[in-house]
Amino acid sequence: MIKTLAAQLKEFKLPSILTPFCMIGEVVCEMIIPVLMGNIVDYGINGGDMGYILKTGIVMILVAILGLISGCLGAYFGSKASTGFARNLRKAMFDNIQKYSFANIDKFSTSGLVTRLTTDVTNIQNAYMMMLRMAMRAPASMIIAMVMSFIISPRLATIYLCAVIFLGLIIVLLMGTTTKYFKQVFEKYDALNESVQENVSAIRVVKSYVREEHENTKFAKAAENIYMMFVKAEKRMSYMMPINMATVYACILLISWMGAHMIVSDTLTTGNLMSLLTYCMNILMSLMMLSMIFVMITMSQASAKRIAEVIEEKSTLSNPENPVMEVKDGSIKFNNAYFAYNKDSKEPVLKNINLDIKSGETIGIIGGTGSAKSSLVNLISRLYDVTDGSVEVGGIDVRKYDMEVLRNQVSVVLQKNVLFSGTILENLRWGDKEATDEECKRACQLACADEFIDRMPDGYDTYIEQGGNNVSGGQKQRLCIARALLKKPKILILDDSTSAVDTATDAKIRKAFAEEIPDTTKLIIAQRISSVQNCDRIIVMDNGQINGFDTHENLLNNNDIYREVYESQTGSSGDADFDEKV
Amino acid sequence: MAEKVKEIKGPGNGPRRGMPRPKVENPMKLFKRIMGYVFKYYAVHMVIIVACIFISVLANVQGTLFTKTLIDSYITPLIGVADPDYGPLKNAIFRVAVFYGIGAFSSFLQSRLMVNVSQGTLMRMRKDLFTHMESLPIKYFDTNSHGDIMSIYTNDIDTLRQMISQSIPQLLNSAITIVSIFISMVMLSIPLTIVTLIMVGVILFCSAKATAASGKNFIAQQKNLGAVNGYIEEMVTGQKVVKVFCHEEEAVKKFDELNEELYQSAFKANTYSGILGPINTQLGNTSYVVCAIFGGALALNSVAGFTVGGLASFLTFNKNFSMPINQVSMQFNSIIMALAGADRIFKLLDEQPETDDGYVMLVNSEMKDGQIVEADHHTGHWAWKHYHKADNTTTYQPMEGDVTFNGVDFGYTDEKMVLHDIVLHAKPGQKIALVGSTGAGKTTITNLINRFYDIQDGKIRYDNININKIKKKDLRLSLGVVLQDTHLFTGTVKENIMYGKLNATDEEVVAAAKLANADGFIRRLPDGYDTMLTGDGANLSQGQRQLLAIARAAIADPPVLILDEATSSIDTRTEKIVQEGMDKLMHGRTTFVIAHRLSTVKNSDCIIVLEQGRIVEMGNHDELIAKKQRYYQLYTGNKPEMVTA
Repeated sequence: MIKTLAAQLKEFKLPSILTPFCMIGEVVCEMIIPVLMGNIVDYGINGGDMGYILKTGIVMILVAILGLISGCLGAYFGSKASTGFARNLRKAMFDNIQKYSFANIDKFSTSGLVTRLTTDVTNIQNAYMMMLRMAMRAPASMIIAMVMSFIISPRLATIYLCAVIFLGLIIVLLMGTTTKYFKQVFEKYDALNESVQENVSAIRVVKSYVREEHENTKFAKAAENIYMMFVKAEKRMSYMMPINMATVYACILLISWMGAHMIVSDTLTTGNLMSLLTYCMNILMSLMMLSMIFVMITMSQASAKRIAEVIEEKSTLSNPENPVMEVKDGSIKFNNAYFAYNKDSKEPVLKNINLDIKSGETIGIIGGTGSAKSSLVNLISRLYDVTDGSVEVGGIDVRKYDMEVLRNQVSVVLQKNVLFSGTILENLRWGDKEATDEECKRACQLACADEFIDRMPDGYDTYIEQGGNNVSGGQKQRLCIARALLKKPKILILDDSTSAVDTATDAKIRKAFAEEIPDTTKLIIAQRISSVQNCDRIIVMDNGQINGFDTHENLLNNNDIYREVYESQTGSSGDADFDEKV
Repeated sequence: MAEKVKEIKGPGNGPRRGMPRPKVENPMKLFKRIMGYVFKYYAVHMVIIVACIFISVLANVQGTLFTKTLIDSYITPLIGVADPDYGPLKNAIFRVAVFYGIGAFSSFLQSRLMVNVSQGTLMRMRKDLFTHMESLPIKYFDTNSHGDIMSIYTNDIDTLRQMISQSIPQLLNSAITIVSIFISMVMLSIPLTIVTLIMVGVILFCSAKATAASGKNFIAQQKNLGAVNGYIEEMVTGQKVVKVFCHEEEAVKKFDELNEELYQSAFKANTYSGILGPINTQLGNTSYVVCAIFGGALALNSVAGFTVGGLASFLTFNKNFSMPINQVSMQFNSIIMALAGADRIFKLLDEQPETDDGYVMLVNSEMKDGQIVEADHHTGHWAWKHYHKADNTTTYQPMEGDVTFNGVDFGYTDEKMVLHDIVLHAKPGQKIALVGSTGAGKTTITNLINRFYDIQDGKIRYDNININKIKKKDLRLSLGVVLQDTHLFTGTVKENIMYGKLNATDEEVVAAAKLANADGFIRRLPDGYDTMLTGDGANLSQGQRQLLAIARAAIADPPVLILDEATSSIDTRTEKIVQEGMDKLMHGRTTFVIAHRLSTVKNSDCIIVLEQGRIVEMGNHDELIAKKQRYYQLYTGNKPEMVTA
């Protein structure tokens, strides 16, 4: 995991190395000042030497300025390293996601991927900056102050050493148990937020059943539970500061007492005592700082792991060596094809599929939800690979093609389709970057999208908002079909792509396909019988197997499932949820 | 002498140094309101906490002042003395130790009490928020994004916690420290105090400059971050489309541009924010050095009785002085940030809850001597209970499920009406179907019956009672609703079905599940009726969730049912099974059906065709087919050629 992330440092290795050095430089400057101050007291004031005071004073100012410079440099390099690291991480993830196959995409949820690219990267950026700047500064400050103290007086410095060990133990003890508590709290906390989320989205159900009181009681109980757990966890944390404070105070008093004896017996100077008292704070505060860094790093570990998973994920599909660069025609053949989303699953999604579709044929596919209609067509453009058997396009196994070539010739309109923010034309040109305005209009005519586009105020330059929320479902589907048509594919697959289009328009689109692109092989998945009944042949899918593959008339006579579906829809081919007009 | 023990902030999303301060209107008013919340339950706690902060700061300051006494009174005089007497020193140290002890204890008491205050206040606030939210009209949820509502519970509450438990005590602490250190410094040496003040001025000036530069860049960073996040979300959501169109390279190219911009602004913002630290500490050190030189000179010449001990104390004060001054602005920022969150919290709390002027109630009833009387147990019969204020009498009227709309106009806002002059009559036990295009107003009509929204004009009557006169609670209990998107709650299958009737017995649950044809699949679940459902029933199929929703409505046994596209996303074969359950449920009840497939509404007593908020046709299937107008076109799938009004 760390190796994967570290590999993304690249050009930011140098600032990453320089930052801690700058930080150490700053600390050293800071640690010299108390010694010089002690000297001023001993040799300057007590020695009555004003010249010495001035001379040392100037040295001290120079040291402070040096500290300022290395501190600022540390900030510069630190932010360069951490923000650059974040940039590279984002890029590495985004690049790798682009290489993902459908199977890879399925593995991660969309919101999961977005969180990894955004929140998790920010966490790592902050933790990395903290690590570079503080993780060096804190121990360095502690060690230097400790060494200085030992040089001044080993006897008194022992007190600090004891205090550090004592405080360290306390921190480990408190942190250990509290992090455990906090983990529990956060789990409960998530559950609490989930229940709020649930209520917000299901508010109509709550109100319909008049369950406000019921929900209030449930929530109050959960909120009180959270309160108790938080108090339990934070109670322990509230010991931390006072104990730290008490330790510092105890040290100061011990040093004062013993120091006084030593000064009087002339084994220590007043200046030494002053330096020692300053170091006391440095040592113990650094220790507290270290514990915080430790917490922060452990907390960012989860983020690091999530990021590494995305970067390390290997695409399940890859281009073959010497790929075939041309698709001859639009014929499709399935040979004893098996498919499972998960290789370990016992029950394959598709079982023993054999199909022979001629180039230019129009094929309908029908079947209940979960009958694997989509899985079947997804094999054709090699969005997934078969687990056994083979799929051929144009007489050649799809795995032998260059993937880009294959996908440009096999155009799929996905069931869950998406438009991107940008104008209609920009969206259409996803299909063909070089498409002229005329070509785009032509494709829209075929997909019956021209009628509503023409009525839009900005026509083809109408801006589509993110997710395509400013066009209706039916309009979106038609735009997606037009976009797919612009590829001028040899095979066109419509995966339930006209479900929100009214039946009349649906028929019109099918008619246009038949007349205008007769040579393109067309596969149409639909719920409505009316959408497929005029196809050359219809595949009836049931539970991952082909239950029937024949013409409408023949299926009506000899396929039970088809007849059943047909009967449930007969006479009601009409659909009330037709597309609204603009 | 002890440098102030500063509280190190744990990792969190608090304000960073140099972040721009958010703008909040009326900060004082908000602040007072939050404090009102805190003091309402924790007044005593708060008084003790403030006192504790005072004590711990003063204990710290007296400790620093002790350095002077230590050096001047107990060490210097003893130097060279043959038989030094440590007695007085012992006593002095003991005294200081007592004060320190009190200080440490106060600090403990403060943080310990603070846990209860902050968490307790948050708990009350959460409860108030939730209870109030539940009372808000549906309109609130329509007009506010769910994400925004959620962020009040998560982010805003969290920044409030930081403000109550950290920022406010720290700010108080800083203020007391600044004042007490300033007084101590003046007492020790006026000239050195002036030097210190000048140096603090320099530090503040420099950090203000850096803060301004960093603030500007933080705003740019925020903007770029928004752009990158938006782009990521869009691309990842459409990742499969990107693959299908081989659009990967373009996606990466655009991403690289946005990513680079973000890096540039983040780098600058963080650099400026990062140098604030060294500026404060190193310029602080310079201030320390300048004081050391001046003070050294003063002590050397014993100007105005200034001693080495005085210098030692003063130097510690000097170090401790600039730190809280710097922190004040950061703490202030984080309070302002929390106030921005508090503003959103109070906005929700100030939203007008649903009003209910209804007085007609729904009660169990039974017949006694030919009269309807109220029953205290479930009888299977219901009656409307009218209380007449004028003559202090109560009358009962049987509930039958008769719903009429009379000239109803409705719009979500007064400017734009979505329903015009709706007139319809559903007789008890009838099945009424609403069909029409998306946005024609089908769902809106059903939302008016249960008063999710109130109408602008016209009357809706339920058993001839104006629904405004019926208590909302009783009105809604008499209506069973199955919605298009099924929402289930975290809990067992059984609990989800029992949502319709909280005190249902196991037998009733099973009976309802059987009625909805859900019993079969529930029994096949790993734990049957006790299977846990999470994430809105994510482990069930759409059809199964739909069946549970129907069972939930069935157990409530309402006289009137509203089925809003209850089977729209189920394929035809599954729908058949669901339909059987629905038909059983509809038997003998007045039912409003909004349906997608016309086959499911064919057998309705009355089919209402809606277009752009108006009823264009009404009648049963045969009548409408005979008319050969809109319904006929929809039904036969022919595109309408004539324009229907």
